[in-house]
Amino acid sequence: MTAPFVTLDGVEKTYRAPGRVLRALDRTTFTLGRGEFVSIVGPSGCGKSTLLMLIAGLIPATAGAVAIQGERVTRPYTDVGVVFQQDALLAWRSVLDNVLLQIDVRRLPRRRYTETAHALLARVGLGGFEAYYPSELSGGMRQRVALCRALVHDPPLLLMDEPFGALDALTRDQMVLDLQRLWLEERKTVLFITHSIWEAIFLADRVVVMSPRPGRIAAVLDVDLPRPRRLAHRESPEFGRYAAEVREHFRAFGLLTET
Amino acid sequence: MSAERADAALDTDAPASLAWGARLAPYLCPVVTVLGLIVAWETFTRAARISRLLLPAPSDIAATLATSLPLLAHMSVITASEFLLGFALSVVVGIPLGALLVHARPVELAVYPLLVASQTIPKAAIAPIFVVWLGAGLTSKVLIAFTIAFFPIVIDTAVGLRATPPEVVNVVRSMGATPLQVFRFVRLPNALPNIFGGLKVASTLAVVGAIVGEFVSAEKGLGYLVLVANGELNTTLVFASVVTLSILGVVFYFLLELVERSVIRWHVSARRPETGTL
Repeated sequence: MTAPFVTLDGVEKTYRAPGRVLRALDRTTFTLGRGEFVSIVGPSGCGKSTLLMLIAGLIPATAGAVAIQGERVTRPYTDVGVVFQQDALLAWRSVLDNVLLQIDVRRLPRRRYTETAHALLARVGLGGFEAYYPSELSGGMRQRVALCRALVHDPPLLLMDEPFGALDALTRDQMVLDLQRLWLEERKTVLFITHSIWEAIFLADRVVVMSPRPGRIAAVLDVDLPRPRRLAHRESPEFGRYAAEVREHFRAFGLLTET
Repeated sequence: MSAERADAALDTDAPASLAWGARLAPYLCPVVTVLGLIVAWETFTRAARISRLLLPAPSDIAATLATSLPLLAHMSVITASEFLLGFALSVVVGIPLGALLVHARPVELAVYPLLVASQTIPKAAIAPIFVVWLGAGLTSKVLIAFTIAFFPIVIDTAVGLRATPPEVVNVVRSMGATPLQVFRFVRLPNALPNIFGGLKVASTLAVVGAIVGEFVSAEKGLGYLVLVANGELNTTLVFASVVTLSILGVVFYFLLELVERSVIRWHVSARRPETGTL
């Protein structure tokens, strides 16, 4: 593994509401290397999203510490691009202006980044759609815009929370391929959360399997498959072995039962 | 050969004329309805020989509108300035108050129950008090219009600001946005469709408020004219005043719609059904 980029040291998160205590994330210690692509796979409600929110500094940890490049995260970490399951685009901004929202909020020079935004949109197949509004785009196109928005300021870290979860299977395949291509070109550090086993294996250098709530790391798999990976590799025996291993963990949690 | 050409001409003409008709329909339909009603009214009053004191015919009202135009115009300016100022005050107070309800918990706790309770008081009942305090001039009318009109603006602003999707706020916070930037870039634009909904309701209420104020005590204005004409049994002038008032109200409402269309074009076009998605 390369130099550590994100470190989680005994991080815990408990949500407290009157009369209810919900332990979302159990003591978690983990390191994300620079330029590494790590997938986190786990059942719904296992604290995957909580983990991402903690790393992004959007919620405080109940115990333990998150550090990025050696610096403790205590407020929203901004040297990052974030993509959620909902595209979170602004309906009143055109495609180009949605990408440039990143630049406007950061008070960076719009003129310099307009070119970057155009280039990024072209790379994900949205060249010519700059003036469209989100309501005029399909779900896949909207999520591509959200991805461009997360990348336009060239952050070293990309946090993605089930970004393709709301898309149809075919669009999803294409998005996974596009994400792999973008990552191979730029080698950013990526944390990718999903509940799809194949998606996790296909994209990642390492797959973290999480247990049901309270979430904790149940296993870490090193995925040793050559890149660029192709969709057909999903049917290969090696790929099948990784998938079987993840599935075996889910079965052990009692999440999968077959008769 | 010539038949083919005729067909081709039909093919190119048909969609164009259809689009033309479809575009005109929203304007044409209400006009036809109103004209139909006026004709029915005219026929009824003439055929049944209804007294002008009870129900004047549209032609009578039109004649009075024409002859009393200077008077009606003068009174319109008075009433319009009352409800426009009352409306403006509602906007200036209502939108910030709605924002405070959402973003300042103490304000919500302290003010919200009072605000709701105040709305159960019929404004017409307290209008005389405003006149006692502020006199029979412009100020009392503006304040009465304000007390009736500001509430929907407050509520709709609060509802719109609360409806911001949390993931959008999180994305923007990851960009390092300050709370003020979150408000400016996300919450406020997101609330604009609701705010405009509140403004439109308020625009009609402000007119009601101005008239209530004039009914209580006034020396001028369209509401005052209605009272005076009614006292003189000049029913035709009453109707002429009411028609003028409703024209003022409709013009005001549509001016607001025009502003809405230019400010939140993204929303107006998104809710048009014929805008397909790709």
